[in-house]
Amino acid sequence: MEEYQGVWVFIEQSEGEIAGVSLELLGAGRQLADKLEVPLAGVLLGEKVRELSTQVIGHGADIVYLIDDPVLKYYRTESYMKCVNNLALKYRPEIFLYGATPNGKDLASAVATDLSTGLTADTTMLDVDVEKRLLEASRPAFGGNIMATILCKKNRPQMATVRPKVMKALPFDGVRIGEVVEEMIELSEEDMRTKVLEIVKNVTKAASLADAHVIVCGGKGMGDLEGFELIHELADTIGASVGGTRDVIEAGWLPHELQIGQTGETVTPKIYFAIGLSGAIQHVVGMKNSELIIAINKDPNAPIFEAATYGIVGDAFEVVPKLIEQFKQIRVKQGGEVSYV
Amino acid sequence: MHIVVCVKQVPDTKIIKINPKTNTLDRRSAPAILNPYDAHAVQEAVRLKSILGRGKISVLSMGPPQATEVIKKCIEIGADEGYLISDRAFAGADTLATSYALSKALEKIASVDPIDLVICGKHAIDGDTGQVGPGIARRLDIPPVTNVIEVSEVNSNDRTIVIKRKLSNGYELVQANMPCLLTVEKEINKIEYSPLSNMLKAARYKSHIWSVSDLGEVNITQLGLKGSPTVVGKMFTPPKLEGGKMLDGTSDEQVSQLMEVLLEQKELLNVK
Ligand SMILES: Cc1cc2nc3c(=O)[nH]c(=O)nc-3n(C[C@H](O)[C@H](O)[C@H](O)COP(=O)(O)OP(=O)(O)OC[C@H]3O[C@@H](n4cnc5c(N)ncnc54)[C@H](O)[C@@H]3O)c2cc1C
Repeated sequence: MEEYQGVWVFIEQSEGEIAGVSLELLGAGRQLADKLEVPLAGVLLGEKVRELSTQVIGHGADIVYLIDDPVLKYYRTESYMKCVNNLALKYRPEIFLYGATPNGKDLASAVATDLSTGLTADTTMLDVDVEKRLLEASRPAFGGNIMATILCKKNRPQMATVRPKVMKALPFDGVRIGEVVEEMIELSEEDMRTKVLEIVKNVTKAASLADAHVIVCGGKGMGDLEGFELIHELADTIGASVGGTRDVIEAGWLPHELQIGQTGETVTPKIYFAIGLSGAIQHVVGMKNSELIIAINKDPNAPIFEAATYGIVGDAFEVVPKLIEQFKQIRVKQGGEVSYV
Repeated sequence: MHIVVCVKQVPDTKIIKINPKTNTLDRRSAPAILNPYDAHAVQEAVRLKSILGRGKISVLSMGPPQATEVIKKCIEIGADEGYLISDRAFAGADTLATSYALSKALEKIASVDPIDLVICGKHAIDGDTGQVGPGIARRLDIPPVTNVIEVSEVNSNDRTIVIKRKLSNGYELVQANMPCLLTVEKEINKIEYSPLSNMLKAARYKSHIWSVSDLGEVNITQLGLKGSPTVVGKMFTPPKLEGGKMLDGTSDEQVSQLMEVLLEQKELLNVK
């Protein structure tokens, strides 16, 4: 097992843009690699993606394994898996991390099967036992009430997919140096059994939820669809995006892509309003890394107050209209606007 | 067209309780149900069969003998046949060992009636991994298409299928050769009410139950606990959060304190 060395991160890119989670994983991977005193590598696949190597190195990698080929233009399990398998068999990393995105999970599952190794899904905490050289990948278990640390003792590489927005990317360092190792793949379009016909990027609210600077999230405590209007009203007033808890989605007050939490979106806005929601652990994991969290709940013992930066114990239907009023007054007084940057 | 749907019996995680002393699942607290994503997978098979006007739907599950209950549920939704692989040797399987066992059963099913399409749920709600479906596809060497939100076209003549696949920031349209494997999201369809005839069939239905020895050539070391590279190291309750500052007073006082906080964040809230 000693011949397996180094920490690898799969660099997910689409049309030349690196996924945020890949940069976050370079940040997390850097820490693991430093502890183990081994290099950190990024695996970069695609068509015309060579220039992205600079970004991968600038965000923490020592090595970039690059395969640049037209057959890799779009992500497809078959072609990407073959590349990754070949690289892993040749260079033998001990740890291999992927973003827990649709493509990252798909790829990691296929690779783990071919390499006959262990894969931990949707990790939210990563550490390493330096002495045993064991990756400690922890994830919510049993519906999220408990965390389980998963180990892969006998097989290498130890693999994990990691949820977006829980690890921190390092700031880009333009002077960092690294090595680019380019490999080839022998695969032609005729060998492929799948074809990507079209990619349609989201222009709906779900996309804006992930990127939003300010989110107003409402919970079941808003009572009914009509009561939930207050959440929309506050969001409209301050130019924020609206999200909901699972109970809100299940009640049909919002479309499912606006669910925040373990089984919905993970968000890290600058300001997060949590209104009329209890702060169940499955919700909190999806928003706790927001910069400023403001909770409004009429129950002083609601767990959301543990996650909050500022808490208000009160009735949303009393507090929120007053808050809206305040913002509207600023507008009138200053003749200006209040909106998120 | 022969469609096989892989399904799992899971504890209903909505009502699950954890014993805080032992950090284990209190099984009595959670009724066993058909994994909700798998219900949509079966429903999609039913939909495709009715569009094509012919075909056969088999369901396959791995689990304890009482997992035949979820197979009955699938018959109710509209499946034609149900297979359960059940054996001590499968116990303790992680996703790698699970995909191995299921792929062996699929090979056996296919040896009698070749499979055109395998459908799985996106993930099981008790594990949330989503790794078994793509693992099965690898073992059968068929292309996987995960996170499917729509089956747009099935061309029986040139044996291709066109699928809408969800991405992090949108969707893609993929064409795949059959046989292939799909994992489906909940939004792919709505679970329909079952006709009475299905219910009657389900009530009487006897699943095919196979043990390891029924599966032909199987490498026992790849099954169950032995065949599982991952182990649970420890369980712990997530670190408690600190909690912040409470804004007290009447609601007017609370709101004005909050406004101070918010207006301090000048770079965040753009107050012109
Ligand atoms: C496997 C699994 C995955 C899950 N995934 C998610 C997920 O991704 N996202 C998610 O959100 N949940 C998820 N859940 C569900 C989660 O456990 C909670 O059930 C859910 O978050 C509760 O939603 P809520 O806070 O809106 O409702 P409740 O828990 O019912 O809370 C309502 C709150 O509103 C307060 N309230 C009532 N009236 C008022 C008022 N007038 N003014 C102010 N406050 C008021 C109450 O005090 C209460 O705290 C998941 C659960 C499981 C088991």
